[in-house]
Amino acid sequence: MSGGTHLENANPVIFQRTGERLQTATEEDEDIHDPIDDREIFDILPSINDPEHPLSLEDLNVVEQIRVKVNDAASIVGIEFTPTIPHCSMATLIGLSIKVKLLRSLPDRFKIDVHITPGTHASEEAVNKQLADKERVAAALENSSLLEVVNQCLTTRSI
Amino acid sequence: MAADSALLLSLVEEYVSGLQDSKAKDTATGLRDGQFTILQLVEALGLSLTSSQPHTRARGVQLLSEVLHECYEGLTEREVEVLLAFYENRLKDHYVITPPVLQGLRALTKCTVLPPGSAVSMLRSLFQDVHVQSLMLTERACVYNMLINLMESREAELKGLGADFVFGFVQSMDGERDPRNLLLAFQIANNIIQRGYDLGKFTEELFEVTSCYFPIDFSPPPNDPHGITREELIQTLRNVLTGTPKFAEFLLPLIIEKLDSDVQSAKLDSLQTLAASVSQYEHKDLAEFLEGLWASLRREVFQTSSEKIESAGLAALTAITSCLSRSVLNSDSEDSLCTFLDLIFKDCKHHLCEPDLKLVWPSAKLLQAACSASNRASHIVTAAVMPSLLEQYNSRTQCSHRRTLLEVVQRFIQSVKSSQSAEKEESVFVAFRPSLCSMVFSALAESNASLQITATSLLTSLAQQAGLLTDSDIELAVDHLTRLLLTEDDDRVSLAVVECAGALAALHPQAFITKLIPRIKKEMFFDPVDQDNNKAASEQQSHHAMRKRCLSALAAVSCQASVVQESTPVLLEVLSSAHTGSVGFSVEEVVLACSSLQRIAEQVKDTEETGRCFHELIIPRLLSLSLQAALQGEGSPGHCSPLLQQSVLSAMVPVISTSCARLQPPLAEQTASKAVALFLNGDVSALPNNSFPSHIQLLKKQPGDSWSQSQLVCLLMGCVCSLPRGVEVPQIEQLLSELEEMSCTCSHPLSYTSAAKCFAGLVNKRPQGDDLNSHIQRTMKRVCSELDSLTSSTRSQAFTLMIWVAKALLLRYHPLSTPMTDKLFSLLDDPDLGPMAADSFSLLMSDSADVLNRSCHADVRIMYRQRFFSENSAKLVQGFNAAPQEKKPNYLKALSNIVNNLPKQVQISELPALLSLLLEALSCPDQGVQLSTLSCLEPVLADPPPALIQQLEALINRLLALNSSPAMSVRIASLRCIHAVSHFPEHEILPFRARVLRALARPLDDKKRLVRKEAVQARGEWFLVGSPGGR
Repeated sequence: MSGGTHLENANPVIFQRTGERLQTATEEDEDIHDPIDDREIFDILPSINDPEHPLSLEDLNVVEQIRVKVNDAASIVGIEFTPTIPHCSMATLIGLSIKVKLLRSLPDRFKIDVHITPGTHASEEAVNKQLADKERVAAALENSSLLEVVNQCLTTRSI
Repeated sequence: MAADSALLLSLVEEYVSGLQDSKAKDTATGLRDGQFTILQLVEALGLSLTSSQPHTRARGVQLLSEVLHECYEGLTEREVEVLLAFYENRLKDHYVITPPVLQGLRALTKCTVLPPGSAVSMLRSLFQDVHVQSLMLTERACVYNMLINLMESREAELKGLGADFVFGFVQSMDGERDPRNLLLAFQIANNIIQRGYDLGKFTEELFEVTSCYFPIDFSPPPNDPHGITREELIQTLRNVLTGTPKFAEFLLPLIIEKLDSDVQSAKLDSLQTLAASVSQYEHKDLAEFLEGLWASLRREVFQTSSEKIESAGLAALTAITSCLSRSVLNSDSEDSLCTFLDLIFKDCKHHLCEPDLKLVWPSAKLLQAACSASNRASHIVTAAVMPSLLEQYNSRTQCSHRRTLLEVVQRFIQSVKSSQSAEKEESVFVAFRPSLCSMVFSALAESNASLQITATSLLTSLAQQAGLLTDSDIELAVDHLTRLLLTEDDDRVSLAVVECAGALAALHPQAFITKLIPRIKKEMFFDPVDQDNNKAASEQQSHHAMRKRCLSALAAVSCQASVVQESTPVLLEVLSSAHTGSVGFSVEEVVLACSSLQRIAEQVKDTEETGRCFHELIIPRLLSLSLQAALQGEGSPGHCSPLLQQSVLSAMVPVISTSCARLQPPLAEQTASKAVALFLNGDVSALPNNSFPSHIQLLKKQPGDSWSQSQLVCLLMGCVCSLPRGVEVPQIEQLLSELEEMSCTCSHPLSYTSAAKCFAGLVNKRPQGDDLNSHIQRTMKRVCSELDSLTSSTRSQAFTLMIWVAKALLLRYHPLSTPMTDKLFSLLDDPDLGPMAADSFSLLMSDSADVLNRSCHADVRIMYRQRFFSENSAKLVQGFNAAPQEKKPNYLKALSNIVNNLPKQVQISELPALLSLLLEALSCPDQGVQLSTLSCLEPVLADPPPALIQQLEALINRLLALNSSPAMSVRIASLRCIHAVSHFPEHEILPFRARVLRALARPLDDKKRLVRKEAVQARGEWFLVGSPGGR
């Protein structure tokens, strides 16, 4: 972020944030079971920081609610994310951050699938393969410098 | 005399050879008492001063110096001269002698009789013979103190030294490392600059020797006894560096260089120093660095990583621009302001054309910072920027783009507002007025909510530019606002519209009186039910929403007396038509009309005119309407007046109490006496529409226990309990006894509670004395006998009266409050009233909304809560320990009610004593106790006291156990507390990390979404504990 380093994409497009989810009466009712839905999964993600900018993934439209699919009954979550530019070298890191955030935030019955929105990145397949490989994700999180960067993305910033 | 000289010799001997340091003090005392002279001392020292051993000589000089340090005031000029010559000579002696010599010289610099020329000779020999930086810390400090002393007393002589003085100082401080000495050295440097010493050719040297410490990187060691802070060093160094324009050519490149640093604090310091320095500079000092500075500032704002740095960068840009604006132009020189602004335009202007990209905001902020610097700058910037922004707005079609453009324009207008002085100048935006207006009005006419909201705030900013909008613009704006009020359903939009209307009405009341109020009135009184009974429910709904918006708009626009005259009759008419049923207003709408009246009473200026309006029109009308409704009674057939409703009456109380408390005390007194006459004597002469029966007895027991008249006592309370303290209430004795009677016997909750509150409010303000004491004791006796007879049907009435009187007395530190609170503690064990007593502690400790608060002019002493707590917490703990198991929850609830209302500092300091009890409360099965304990723990956890950290194990266990509580509010509160614990010092909580993470996996799958949300946040934070890159 300092003066010397050059940003890959210095002037990205900023998107409007989705407002707070409106609370409904059923949510306040003790007896009703609220299923986990797309919006709830999506609400976990916006606070993730972009590794390059002091912006969240939602500001940059890397994650969108329409690209989040969840099936509560079958315990499956699928997420597509869109890198800001096709050659973004941070794509794997962003994907990993999303995956780790979900692993920490969802009950362990869920199977989590994170991949790049088709046709938005040059090395889409390679990144998807890395993110789908449980062993490699686990190995990445053993690497303390990589874990450090991921944790930085997941730290809630007060900006 | 012989004895004295023997004494002196022995003192010298013991000091020099005997190494007894205390003898110096004795010698000094002897000298001061006149037992011997300084000459005799020197003679006595003779042998030690001429000894061949340097250490003996040093000891001798040290004695002399220490004595001088104590007695420098008593010296004559001749003595000083001799001593100085001696000391100057000693500087050339062995190095061990130098420290005492410097001490002696420092003592001499404090002499008032320093002979002329001696300062110069002292400094010459000092700079010549001593290498300051090879001295120890205290000796270096000694040198700096000498310089400071001499600068205070011998400024002219030192200036005579010319640049040599500066050179000598530069040499002495070059390489200083101790922060304590640096503070002194910076002070000297600052004196040199501020007091106009000749820097000669040593300007750069002086800059170098001080600027090498920039930016300050110093963190005081823990438990630092010297109390030197980083901020102190930064500030003193900044004063030196920014003190003179002569440093500009050196400082500016240094700042540009330091801005490249990766260290955030260095950047911040550089930017703040830059902003401070340019206030002294002229444009020619800046000229050659402008490009470099701009490049650095632009980078800091474009790629900012923290808000602090961004705002420091913007402030620096404003400072530079205003420095350039001050410059006087010559015919041959170029205008450096224009040159600089052109630089900014080149890099920023085109970003304004891309309203969806990231850099639009940083660019706008930079331009606005420049724009706010001076009038000339704002003219140049707006002329360059506004046309393209306006054109963009017209050519863009996407709402989000247009909204961004509107926001940018609004910030520009606000930035100019802050820079304009009181001068009667034409607004900078006059040239753009037509296009700005058409932009705002077209945005208001859009259907997009966020566009409308932004447009309202832009409209407010435009209206606040003095003399910018014409009358016809305002009228058009009012038309738009009225239309939005009547038609727009979106809550956020109507909130913004109401706010905008309020701001505009404060500046341009006339348009609102002639246009908005009549139109609103017409629409509100249009009754859809009468027109067509088959209308859909949704349409009724929207009509109701429209009325709500109109009512709050009426309150918002009424801040000028002229508007109040027009708006309050409309609100009163709402009440009276609701009462007669001529127009169908719902209870909620009537309540809202009352709160609008209250808001007006709160915000309007206290003038005779508005005071009359409230005391002579509004309050009598409210009393009269509610009395009419009460006389019709609850049993009347057909239409039932909404004014009988408890919620409406409760909304009327604050209207009355606010106007009695705030507006025109003499009129309030009249109102109060009219109200008392009405309630005690049934005197209805003061009320309008007078067709009341002649023998009304509002405070007496009604036939058949009817409550419609007795509940009106709450209006009496609003009136007599909020008067300023000097105002007398007539017939107070009779009033008090009737209120007491009513509160003890009436069976209607609102009636007896209001009577009790009214009684308490009056008691609180009564002057101290036997009258008051005996009255309270009588009441107390009656209440206690009611409470003690377990079968009495009016126990809860007596209890209510007691708790309110207890509060009234507690607030004013009255000694009789103690027996009442003791009674309250004893009631915690009561089978029926126990839970009520526990809840009542929150009433006792919190501010009540309508009576006994500071805005009602009640007698509220500071820190009464702390006092109550410290007097009673022991009783509570004792009672808890003694109580039977099934009564313990009452005590815990009482405790958490008390602790919850204490200020946070007190909570933290008192917590250690109560912690075990609070932890006990967490495992108490009562959900109410759990919840209130959690809510009282949560703020404390944000800044945990050490006692809490010792009990961490117990705390975490209990919090985790509450995660499976059946009540979701308890689950949510406990998860929040666990979240807060994750911010404790890492080494304390790390042992619990694995356990907490495991335990938090379960609430991630909770059936309630709100619980899951808290669990996700808490677990995310706990994952970061002790992990690389976490906290």
